[in-house]
Amino acid sequence: MSLSVDNVSKRFGRFAALDRVSLQAVDGEFLALLGPSGSGKTSLLRVLAGLSRPDEGRVLFGGEDFLRLSPRERRVGMVFQHYALFRHMSVADNVAFGLRVRPRRQRPPRAEISARVKELLALVQLEGLEKRYPAQLSGGQRQRVALARALAIEPRMLLLDEPFGALDAKVRRELRRWLRQIHDETGVTTVFVTHDQEEAMDLADRVVVLNAGRVEQIGTPAELQKTPATAFVFDFLGDSNRLPCRVVDGHAMFEGGFSAPALGPVHEAAQATARFRPHEVDLAVEGGVPVTITHLSARGALIRAECQGLDGALYEVDLLRDATPASLAPGARVRLRPRRVFVFAETAR
Amino acid sequence: MRGRWLEPSVLPGFGPALGFTLFWLGLLVVLPLAALVARPWELGLAGFWHSVTEPRVLAALRLSFGAALAAAAVNVVFGLVVTWVLVRYDFPGRRLADAVVDLPFALPTAVAGIALTAIYAGNGWIGSWLGPLGIKVAYTPLGILVALVFVGLPFVVRSVQPVMQDLDAELEEAAETLGAGPVQRVTRVILPALAPACVTGFALAFARALGEYGSVIFIAGNMPLVSEIAPLLIVIRLEQFDYAGAAAVGLVMLGLAALGLLAINLSQVILARRGAA
Repeated sequence: MSLSVDNVSKRFGRFAALDRVSLQAVDGEFLALLGPSGSGKTSLLRVLAGLSRPDEGRVLFGGEDFLRLSPRERRVGMVFQHYALFRHMSVADNVAFGLRVRPRRQRPPRAEISARVKELLALVQLEGLEKRYPAQLSGGQRQRVALARALAIEPRMLLLDEPFGALDAKVRRELRRWLRQIHDETGVTTVFVTHDQEEAMDLADRVVVLNAGRVEQIGTPAELQKTPATAFVFDFLGDSNRLPCRVVDGHAMFEGGFSAPALGPVHEAAQATARFRPHEVDLAVEGGVPVTITHLSARGALIRAECQGLDGALYEVDLLRDATPASLAPGARVRLRPRRVFVFAETAR
Repeated sequence: MRGRWLEPSVLPGFGPALGFTLFWLGLLVVLPLAALVARPWELGLAGFWHSVTEPRVLAALRLSFGAALAAAAVNVVFGLVVTWVLVRYDFPGRRLADAVVDLPFALPTAVAGIALTAIYAGNGWIGSWLGPLGIKVAYTPLGILVALVFVGLPFVVRSVQPVMQDLDAELEEAAETLGAGPVQRVTRVILPALAPACVTGFALAFARALGEYGSVIFIAGNMPLVSEIAPLLIVIRLEQFDYAGAAAVGLVMLGLAALGLLAINLSQVILARRGAA
């Protein structure tokens, strides 16, 4: 079923956690809410779950006014960052909880519940751990129990609040792939909160970038990379270098007479900041912004060079290891020639 | 003797510290109890049996244990409610209410006894209301229960409070999104999580109520076979210079109390094993 959030605002005292947020998700979509802490992504998720009430705005789900339903009536599966498992219940009892608390008429018979629990534990690859207690499981296992518990109620929508935030990097990548697989199998509309842009780009069909309670941009991962709408989105989605420039007729002009086509919304500006990624810049002997290499570090197929401009500003440049001359060493004077630069309007926020 | 338990520790002086601990416990706890155990046997086995099976003694023991258990149970129920309000809500005077919980700890028990008697006596504030309804509190077993509930309340509240404070609100939210109603959230999620703390509170309140003397004797009326508690009976026997008889009652109390606490501890172990193994 499709989700539509329309101009939702939520204030805590004078702090606006959500400021006129609008977004849509189609049936079966995997949506990521991405933003730094305090950007309102968890507040929005709690509004969707019914755990918090917005001050203004509408939330429609499958055409139904969601805000008029209690969390119980919404039938959404929620997965919390710190699992929120019931410690006094075994894994099987945790998973069965949502079925057992149903009113008697809707409650499946005992045998059906235990069959369903078995099936779900197989889905989350935890067969044989039915009788364990949460305290006897690893973090990754606990989160999988929490997901099985949320799936047990056959949720109409799945909400995940930084589900892998408390896990280490390797387990995280594994669970990420596996979550996407489960989503594709069940086809349930999923909203996923994260502050990790890599996770959002990797998992989601579309990403909603939030900042200070507002939507900065909504798009597919490829769209966000190709055409970031604001400086915030560009900076948040990866490493970012900044250079002062002038923009003349859609071209960014740098000191030293070097220029590059300016992507982004700004076509004319006397004073602006050009942004570029470390992998979208060349080092040259002449014709470019003069810098000195201060540090080189190996990163797989790449070499990350840290450079310092004449004014002391730092820049990061990624070079292909195989194409890097041995003469390039700390102390070398080179010139930066950005290939793709973005110029955004200066926001007065 | 170099077992695993004698592995060197970062803290020095294990030997002397253990020695001192054993000496101190022996002097303060074991020695007096040993005297209590040794004393009654000068009556002989038959004499001991006769001494503790007198109808008056049996009635007093039944009353003491029954009232202590009932008071602890009442305290668990209403102590939970009080704790709930103190932890979950913020209202003007919450800190004051929190401090009031400790009053039964701090008050000399005789003062509590006199105050309760004054209120629940036939002409007291509450007693004069209950009297016409046919409910007599002061000078009856009911009065004993009231006094024991009074002294036991802080034990339950202070045992449960920290656990309830640490209870993650996300647990209830998770239960709610899974479809649990308010009653189910309390009975299936919150109460089981609080159960070990409740058992601890129950045990402390029970132990305190069993030994309570000062507040009870004022309100109880102390009628033999009806409202006479076992500790009072011990005092009465001492006043009659029947030291062995007093020790006999004391020994029976000690044995029963030990059994009760053992049962409580066992249930505690079972509860704890479920939660965190």
